[in-house]
Amino acid sequence: MSSLAFLGAFEIGLVFGLVAFGVYISFRILDFPDLTVDGSFPLGAAVTASLIVADVHPLTATLAAMLSGGLAGVITAWLNVRLKILHLLASILTMIALYSINLRIMGRPNVALLGERTLLTPLETLGLPYYVSTPIAFAVIVTITMLLLIAFFNSETGLAMRATGANPRMARSQGVSTSTMIVLGMAISNALVALAGSMFAQSQGSADVTMGVGTIIVGLASVIGGESILPGRSMTLAFIACLLGSIVYRFAVALALNADFLGLHAQDLNLITAVLVTIAICLPRTRASFKVRVRRN
Amino acid sequence: MIAIKELNLTYDRGTPLETIALRGIDLDISEGEFVSLIGSNGAGKTTLLNILAGEIKPDSGTVKFDGMNVTYQPTERRTNLIARVFQDPMTGTCEKLTVEENLALASARGRRRQLRPALSKQQRMRFQEALTRLGIGLENRLQDSMGLLSGGQRQAVSLFMVTLQPMKILLLDEHTASLDPKTATLILHITNDIVKENHLTTLMVTHSMRQALDVGSRTVMLHEGQIAFDVSGKERQGLKIQDLLALFEKARGVELADDDLLLS
Repeated sequence: MSSLAFLGAFEIGLVFGLVAFGVYISFRILDFPDLTVDGSFPLGAAVTASLIVADVHPLTATLAAMLSGGLAGVITAWLNVRLKILHLLASILTMIALYSINLRIMGRPNVALLGERTLLTPLETLGLPYYVSTPIAFAVIVTITMLLLIAFFNSETGLAMRATGANPRMARSQGVSTSTMIVLGMAISNALVALAGSMFAQSQGSADVTMGVGTIIVGLASVIGGESILPGRSMTLAFIACLLGSIVYRFAVALALNADFLGLHAQDLNLITAVLVTIAICLPRTRASFKVRVRRN
Repeated sequence: MIAIKELNLTYDRGTPLETIALRGIDLDISEGEFVSLIGSNGAGKTTLLNILAGEIKPDSGTVKFDGMNVTYQPTERRTNLIARVFQDPMTGTCEKLTVEENLALASARGRRRQLRPALSKQQRMRFQEALTRLGIGLENRLQDSMGLLSGGQRQAVSLFMVTLQPMKILLLDEHTASLDPKTATLILHITNDIVKENHLTTLMVTHSMRQALDVGSRTVMLHEGQIAFDVSGKERQGLKIQDLLALFEKARGVELADDDLLLS
């Protein structure tokens, strides 16, 4: 693999680390299988790109993206908590609605950011090539986000949110409003995913309405892969594992695409993803049954 | 302290599965009283407890705590007044969290949760000291995941969690039923200490007539959603299981046919 491909994989791994954080919060902490992310990722990109093209400051555009993602999460949670729609279905409804909303926001299927001022523009003065400066900047953003999340989930409110997902009845009997916690958690989760979409659009130079397809699977692959690389119960380990899982996943994909003898091309990406997720889910189980077999013999 | 008036509840109304759980229950419990609530399956004990906790809303009737109407108040809003220990230790604690995280969660019961760290050094010391007093070796297991403890240990932690924040009413939902006899005795012992120390008004649901007479200061029996009898004070002293059966037959005019209640 060339160093360019290496840095590219690292950069995208960092961006999707944020998606992994979001998916970890919904799937693992809240026990809320959330497909909204397939819509909130392009939503973040669409909001950022449209605002930047309209000459809004890129920082404001990025924050607006997070806010809109958070709102999408609130809507999914509200459908579930107030209207009592099954969580999976609630998230699919929001995801489908977001497809139209994203088209409305952009006014067309894609918006290019070529030559526009983005969050990454100030980095050009550093004298580093963009493929070095971008991953560094993203590493800083993702690390700060991760530290904030770890602190939050060790706080009183964060602990209440973890209990909500793990044992809602107990949480309520300890005075936790589980509906509020679900709404708040889903807002944080989707705000993170929208931030990832926003950063992705700014580094890739465009937003596209179809860019969200499979976001949930990539997020899950990172979470599950991370857990098998770095198992552990503490929040610190869990979030580091998500980030690690996301980066390792990108390298696995890059290696698969770069290995000429496999004959794979870029269009095979989703197939590779599906295979990797299947392996990541089954690996711990086969490992366990292998151990049992060894012990028996 | 607790005033229950004309409480009615029917499950699955209008369907073939319609069951009447409560038929006009009236019950007043004064401050500091320890009531043991007994009855066979389907008598309405757990339904009554769930209404007090806020998990279920009645069809009609009112529940007042200290004169305040709480009938339709959601569970989490009334936790400043009321705490609960469940029958299943798995329900009362969170197995994914560590012991100290469970305790931290309980020490914020009934007040607003902040963004400050849930566990501080002083808090850990406080937990450790108090757990040492329980004398079952839990003080060294603060960082262990709750799921690693035995049922009895988890129930002891659930009880201890109750004491971490001030409250007035304690609900015990057959909280010794899933434990072995020796552990059950220990847990009852801890329960008595906690109730006395904190001057709690307590309502304990039990399946055993023996336990209903041994523990508490008043015994109420429910039958088919109504109060069959209610004994306390002198009238209750020295009562035996046979006397309870006689009371039941006198009140209801039928013989009690539930081996569970008699044998346990």
